[in-house]
Amino acid sequence: MENTNEMQVIFDSRSSNESFARVTVASFMTSLNPTVEEVSDVKTAVSEAVTNAIIHGYENEVHNIYISCRTSGQTLYLKVRDEGKGIEDIKQAMEPLFTSKPELERSGMGFSFMEAFMDKLEVESEPGKGTVVKMEKTIGKGRRLWTAQSL
Amino acid sequence: MKYQVQENCLTIFLPREIDHHNSEELRKESDHLIERNHIRYVIFDFKETDFMDSSGIGVIMGRYRRIYMLGGEVCAVHVGERMKKILTMSGVTKIMQIYEEDN
Repeated sequence: MENTNEMQVIFDSRSSNESFARVTVASFMTSLNPTVEEVSDVKTAVSEAVTNAIIHGYENEVHNIYISCRTSGQTLYLKVRDEGKGIEDIKQAMEPLFTSKPELERSGMGFSFMEAFMDKLEVESEPGKGTVVKMEKTIGKGRRLWTAQSL
Repeated sequence: MKYQVQENCLTIFLPREIDHHNSEELRKESDHLIERNHIRYVIFDFKETDFMDSSGIGVIMGRYRRIYMLGGEVCAVHVGERMKKILTMSGVTKIMQIYEEDN
């Protein structure tokens, strides 16, 4: 298909890789010509999903995290996958302020942030098998067509 | 991380990015300073910060709880547009005053 592009990365579930993951996705999406705001939105969402995989999916053990990205037209499709312990109750996990680890001072806003900053969020998970977070964002929506006024 | 203690007030000069990776250090160091110096007021300085995820919100809420129990207050300064959006969305602006300054 024309006008599409794909990228995959696999990396260790170490917290030091959180910034690597955000920056990688951010640079992949530059071909869509996003605003600074749109890049920040995607970086935040990636950070949340990867942090979840590290803390909850793998519970701080070091295993692989898989990110795959695709652009089609002006839309970015993003998948963050782990093969960790999975989520028992996805609906509960996605409730704002819910956290299974209050002792770690998690705010319970990870999924809320992903939802707020992306256009679409879907979570698939199977206990004992792992979790996939799928997100979408269309770049340049509602942007004004002109950037400068002629004098 | 940089910190400044003036009497019972602690200013935390937040790093450029706040995520799960560095929030633990931030939490430990600031709690240590709060305890040692009988801190009642905590100022989060966002001057250098251009990225924060929900881990940072966790740090703010945690410090708020601690300081609130001691009868103190937390606030934020040098908050840019992006950080303002994150703080407002998370609802911490209900418990934390944001002071806007020009400098």
